Amino acid sequence: MTTPSLRALRVAPSTPSEGATPEDRRSRILGVPGPSPRRGVVLGSGVLLIVVLLVAGAFMPKWLTFLLTMAASHGLVSLGIVLLMRGGVVSFGQGLVFAVGGYAAALAFNRLGFTDALGLALTGGVAATLVAAPFAPLLSRYRGIFFAMLTLAMSMVAYGVLVKTSALGGSDGFNMGRATLFGQALPDARSGYVLYGVTIVCAGVLALLARVYFDSTRGLVTQAVRENELRVEYLGGSVRQAMSLNFLLAAFAGGCGGALTVMSLGHIDPNFSYWTTSGEFVFVAILAGWQSVLAVFVASTLLEVVRSFSSLYFPNTWQLSLGIFLLLMIRFLPDGIGSLWVDRGRKGARR
Amino acid sequence: MSAGREILLRASGIEKRFGAVVAASGLDVGVAVGERVSLIGSNGAGKTTFVNMITGYLKPDAGSIVLGGRDITRLAPRAITRLGVARSFQIPQLFTGMSVLENMLVALACHGERLSFWRTARQADAVARADALLERFNLAEHRQRRVAELPGGVRKLLDIAMALTGEPRLLLLDEPTSGVSAEEKFPMMEIVMRALGQERMAVLFVEHDMDIVERYADRVIAFYAGRIIADAAPGVALAADDVRRYVTGTLRADAPLS
Amino acid sequence: MATALTILIDGLSYASWLFIVALGLTLVFGVLKILNIAHGSFYALGAYAAASFVAWFASMKFAPEWSLVAMLFAAVAVAVLVAPLTERGLMRFFYGRDEVLLVLVTYALFLVLEDVTKLLWGANPYYVSEPYAMFGNVEIGDQVYVGYDFMLMGLAVAVGLAVWWGLNRTRQGKIVLAVIHSEEVAASMGVNVSRVYMLAFGVGVFLAALGGAFTAPLISVQPGVSVGVIIVSFAVVIIGGLGSIEGAAIGALIVGLARSFAVHVMPQAELFSIYIVMALVLMVRPEGLFQRIQARKI
Repeated sequence: MTTPSLRALRVAPSTPSEGATPEDRRSRILGVPGPSPRRGVVLGSGVLLIVVLLVAGAFMPKWLTFLLTMAASHGLVSLGIVLLMRGGVVSFGQGLVFAVGGYAAALAFNRLGFTDALGLALTGGVAATLVAAPFAPLLSRYRGIFFAMLTLAMSMVAYGVLVKTSALGGSDGFNMGRATLFGQALPDARSGYVLYGVTIVCAGVLALLARVYFDSTRGLVTQAVRENELRVEYLGGSVRQAMSLNFLLAAFAGGCGGALTVMSLGHIDPNFSYWTTSGEFVFVAILAGWQSVLAVFVASTLLEVVRSFSSLYFPNTWQLSLGIFLLLMIRFLPDGIGSLWVDRGRKGARR
Repeated sequence: MSAGREILLRASGIEKRFGAVVAASGLDVGVAVGERVSLIGSNGAGKTTFVNMITGYLKPDAGSIVLGGRDITRLAPRAITRLGVARSFQIPQLFTGMSVLENMLVALACHGERLSFWRTARQADAVARADALLERFNLAEHRQRRVAELPGGVRKLLDIAMALTGEPRLLLLDEPTSGVSAEEKFPMMEIVMRALGQERMAVLFVEHDMDIVERYADRVIAFYAGRIIADAAPGVALAADDVRRYVTGTLRADAPLS
Repeated sequence: MATALTILIDGLSYASWLFIVALGLTLVFGVLKILNIAHGSFYALGAYAAASFVAWFASMKFAPEWSLVAMLFAAVAVAVLVAPLTERGLMRFFYGRDEVLLVLVTYALFLVLEDVTKLLWGANPYYVSEPYAMFGNVEIGDQVYVGYDFMLMGLAVAVGLAVWWGLNRTRQGKIVLAVIHSEEVAASMGVNVSRVYMLAFGVGVFLAALGGAFTAPLISVQPGVSVGVIIVSFAVVIIGGLGSIEGAAIGALIVGLARSFAVHVMPQAELFSIYIVMALVLMVRPEGLFQRIQARKI
């Protein structure tokens, strides 16, 4: 019995200098995609973008700063959904954390006299995380339809409770006054811009942190969970820990988003937790895809733009357009608009 | 058998039934550090059940499994992995949408001490360790390719390479050469055994190809109907009547089990 | 006690139309494996169509009893027009894809249908009040109940029996059951799965529209009715078990009675009582009370 030559097993030329695949050649020219230069570029451009938006905001008309504020604060909730999607589950109930964050901020303002905008944003995030915490271990065991339905049910329970709680204004909700920043009251003329600034900064910071998280070892393991949970467990990784953590992080982002929304809107009501609200956040997440953080905010802005203009000019067809748009997305761009500028990973490069 | 060497794994009195089917009955196996043991037997004989009980996927109805002095019988698969047991799969369990390098990085991360929120997955030291392992398995040239694009033999090697990232004390290979064409089997096992060569690792591999078994096993354990019918060096085990009758098929099977 | 009876009758009446609607939802899930968010929109279409048909029949001076026929016509019309269009024209392009993705497709459809109904019928509410008084009143003890509610219960029972009989006693129905059980095996035995899909979807739409048509006299038919209906229907099928007919019945009963109890005894719990039950079922026994499919739980 002969032992065939080892060469029979090789798929590509055996000598390294023949450069195997084009991808390898390219990566050799550009250097191994190392962490420092690439990550520095991404984070740097992120910070630059935040600064540019802050400066540009000073020159924008009020309706635009408001629109972008809403896009950013809502985008945070969708960012949380993308976080979960990277682990393979879709939450249909992020309205829950959105509402908890909003109510927490509004209550802190009204009842505790706590008025700092940044502080309120943090309050919203922390409150939502605390509410999500007892459910994280439970939810980490669910997938597919059941995860979606359980999150949906939880948000609807919250809705039901909020509607019937007259102390919180029942189905009308209640109003919130104007936040302050670093102890300074915000004058009428500038309050919109300042809240815009706070929102952009908060959303921007969380977006950058999300990017770092996606690229981290935990982020990579999350992606692996989506691909093959069984193998992750057999490699010694904890799937449940990864999923729980993602749920908590998504809650924090959503809660911040809720708080920031309330501050600019000046009002909160139980609809924050209604399933159609959650549906819109999911819509944005699907539109964005799960590869690019920036895409989430671009998609969120797109939705706000469509919403504003439609309700002005086409009040009876904007949902129609959204629906058709979503269908086209699902059919033709299933990885979301983020896939338009992120390499689909043929090199196996970053996601 | 394994005289003089320290016993790493001791399975005693293992019993397992699935309804009326006896998957394991009275199994007593000791595996020494660094031993290469092949598990043979026809389909349904109980080899895979045995492997699954060691890795914690199944729990025996009776008996105990002790790894390096620690009872692992009732532990979860993840805990057992963390104690130094790793396995590969008959159908490679990979992260198909990710690249070969990323698969290795995930394996390293999962086996690692602390996962990071901050440190990028592609830290130089992690990439270096991944590359070193890929090199040992002749997979370096595929490092950027997506798993979905890889042929079967390469996937199997990757599957095994990932199992090694945790530097296990005990490696279980589930039919490492199955699904691999005849002329690739030996080169593949060469690569695997060579890559394992330096380790003080015990290896249990389930195998159907007797040539592979003869060449690479220090010891052969033969299963039939949930029982062990032979446990000896390949030369002795493969010549035994019962093994020839119930496993390799080179003796007629209508005589009763001796 | 009068109150207990009121709670019971209220609950049963609510459970009746809910059962009809949820039955359609669970049937579509069982066969096509799609959890259809737009199911509520089909309900709304049935309600609107009923409003139109009843008004049309009335304008032609038909006797008031014919309004029931009008409602039935409405449901049939919706099913005949909408089901093939939706199933062949949209859903089938997404078959075989991830179950959650399919939910998103139905969500998009829901958005589209919301505006379509607004475009067809406008944004103002319709009232289809004439049929409501048709069955007079029923006096039990010193409480007066509306006869229409009892008719609904009768309808629900009739529909339940009809579907049960259709599935279990007819050849076509058994084929449908086979597909529910295992599509692959059925296909390999020569079953035309596409036709079964169309049939099941058609029946599903019909049931939703039927529920909508016969509930129209009880509500104000306006944009947004679909939103509340679908979420309650989800609760029912989750509680009862996705794909199970008995589950739809039991689930509807539980939801109907829980809601009725809450409304009369603990109004604060009215809204969330249903979803608490849904959440509890998901936590404790995610397959529902009558399991048909395994929950993907680790």
